[in-house]
Amino acid sequence: MAQQKPKHNLDEQIEMNLKKVYQKTLEEEVPDRFLELLQQLKEQDARNDR
Amino acid sequence: MTGNANVAQDASPLDPREEIVTHLPAMRAFALSLTRNPSQADDLVQDAVIKAWKNLASFQVGTNMRAWLFTILRNTFYSDRRKSKREVQDTDGAFAATLANKPDHDGRLAMADFEEAFVQLKSEQREALMLVGAMGFSYEEAAETCEVAVGTIKSRVNRARQALSALMNLEEGEPLELTDQQTLAVMSTNMPGRGDAA
Repeated sequence: MAQQKPKHNLDEQIEMNLKKVYQKTLEEEVPDRFLELLQQLKEQDARNDR
Repeated sequence: MTGNANVAQDASPLDPREEIVTHLPAMRAFALSLTRNPSQADDLVQDAVIKAWKNLASFQVGTNMRAWLFTILRNTFYSDRRKSKREVQDTDGAFAATLANKPDHDGRLAMADFEEAFVQLKSEQREALMLVGAMGFSYEEAAETCEVAVGTIKSRVNRARQALSALMNLEEGEPLELTDQQTLAVMSTNMPGRGDAA
């Protein structure tokens, strides 16, 4: 067979596919709920500091 | 330990409270790989962010915040799962198997088949493969994140790869690749603007 290191090739293919599966989530804009949550937490801290 | 508090922090790293937001996309992807359900994943991220915020004092500025956040996230995931024991029994394997169709036997891999195979792996294998394979963590970082030995992570990654191959009926050396048609379909769905590759 031409492929001498099929194992490594397989590993790479798995990684490539795995990245593709989660790429959409990684590239998505962070939903507002999280930005709002962080904002709330910051405001909470600010209040507690006073 | 290099806990030199008096080492000058010339680079003045980002305020951890400001840095969290930069890790949210990765946290959401990691959470999705654990929960296999988008809305549960985001609930998990939310819980993890709140916990992280409460424990920010224990984060050492300048160290790997992503690994720190992932540790909190996965601990939250496993502790939730322990709490809902009924779900636990069915969480790995059996449950997913009902969702997944049997992979095609033609040696070709559609993205859906890969995903279906991946979600059938045990959570410890999914997270190990996710961290090392998709997130670019070193084995050492992954071990730290999962709070296990480096050798444990290595063997989980290996077992995950073997299990994936088995689930997809792949022989060693058999091409694990999308057909051209499928590739294009996936590219146009997942990568807006790049669907005109042909």
